[in-house]
Amino acid sequence: MNRRVLHILLPLITGVLFLTAWHVAVKMSGSDIFPTPRQVLDGLGELVRQGLLLKYVVASLFRVSWGFIAAVLVGVPLGLVLGWFRPAYAALNPFIQILRPISPIAWIPVAILWFGVKDTAPVFLIFLASVFPITVSSMAAVQNMQQVYLRAAQNFGLGGLELFRRVIFPAALPQIITGIRIALGVAWLVVVAAEMIAVNSGLGYLIIDARNAGKRYDLVVAGMVMIGLIGLVLDVLVRRLEKFDEVRWGYGQR
Amino acid sequence: MSGLATITVRDCWMSFPGKEPGAEVHVLERVNLDVAQGEFVCIVGPSGCGKSTLLNIVGGFLDETRGEVYVENAVVNGPDPGRIFVFQENGVFPWLTVEQNIGFGLLSRPEAERAERVRHYIAMVGLTGFEKSYPRELSGGMRQRVEIARALAADARVLYMDEPFGALDFLTRLKMRSDLIRIWQAEKKTILFVTHDIEEAVQLADRVLVMTKRPATIQEEVKIDLPRPRDLDSPGYLAARDRIFSIMGMDAHGGGG
Repeated sequence: MNRRVLHILLPLITGVLFLTAWHVAVKMSGSDIFPTPRQVLDGLGELVRQGLLLKYVVASLFRVSWGFIAAVLVGVPLGLVLGWFRPAYAALNPFIQILRPISPIAWIPVAILWFGVKDTAPVFLIFLASVFPITVSSMAAVQNMQQVYLRAAQNFGLGGLELFRRVIFPAALPQIITGIRIALGVAWLVVVAAEMIAVNSGLGYLIIDARNAGKRYDLVVAGMVMIGLIGLVLDVLVRRLEKFDEVRWGYGQR
Repeated sequence: MSGLATITVRDCWMSFPGKEPGAEVHVLERVNLDVAQGEFVCIVGPSGCGKSTLLNIVGGFLDETRGEVYVENAVVNGPDPGRIFVFQENGVFPWLTVEQNIGFGLLSRPEAERAERVRHYIAMVGLTGFEKSYPRELSGGMRQRVEIARALAADARVLYMDEPFGALDFLTRLKMRSDLIRIWQAEKKTILFVTHDIEEAVQLADRVLVMTKRPATIQEEVKIDLPRPRDLDSPGYLAARDRIFSIMGMDAHGGGG
């Protein structure tokens, strides 16, 4: 079976089956609240005509980007330092492990207190959600690095910053990218929760507002569909990073 | 420090901490060896006896518990770019191409000189055409060639080789051995080579040092005064091989006693 058929036809078939099952289930349940696929499509069309869809998508992407980029800029160096210097690890890792399980949702009241009802609060929540997977991955990447690479590098007289730049960082990069990929998924997941705290735009806001302002479940599900599709696109883009020759070696044989 | 050979190990002991607190694992005791400039010396011994540990100590990656190690008339404090360690597997950097790997120790040299050296050693190990390939695209034998070329290109005077052909199939091993001898004769490096394969040692070395079980010492030295390439059917070769087998307490057919 050739690859085009596999990767395009099969999902298409599954998709059609799924949509059919969804439609049938709604009709058979007799619900007049939960939308059929057709109604969701109409809802999306309505948002496009009002110019809201693009506006909300851009707003969500904007917040996720800022929070996520901040998490990368903080988490990667922090993880690398903690992975390399034992005293730093001993000093800080316990606190990271305590903070990590606290869901971003639990941080909402504190975020509002610190940042008020503005864009900064959701960005902060997205940052919080992303920074832990990135830090932990970067840390693990250094700690789990093959000793052979270090020994070979030291054999050639490398030390300090040069050792880091030419060996430690390249060796850790595949796992760092994996952490970034996970973090992006989490960040996009959290955007819904983050936007529920009284901002006026974004896909998370759309969902909450559509339900509260008139039980418009067709818009609720439309929002969910958009979140899912954009999440897929983001993941595909990050996976492109894994194709570079400098990191491909880290992802197993296929 | 007169009278020192290129590599001199005097009364070396090595212990590691054991599993229980206060316990110790004694790996090496009373190890003495000398390697002269340009010599090819093999260390053989039973599995786990500590020959790799010894090589790592000489290479500067481990600190001996007791004793002295001198290489090129200086105490060994750590690894040195003039004395390169060749690992059994995975020593080559997977994020660099073949030519980037081989040029790894040459970054301080001018571009033209570096390119020329890389080209020369790629040809010497038989990898012309693979300059831009990545290690994951190469076979195990080819990766080991990259590692050897990398050491030579950096002008290593001494090579420490830790079972470098152990992960390769039989035929590749035979080819790598003959290529290594050819390179050694051309470049005149000092080589200290660890292997568990007695035949390999007899095919390669000027002298074979035979280690005991752990805690290991060097129990005997077998000089191999045969022309290279070694004839695997000659009486001299077979005698040396059988001698080493019997020193290690085995007969040549692999049995005990």
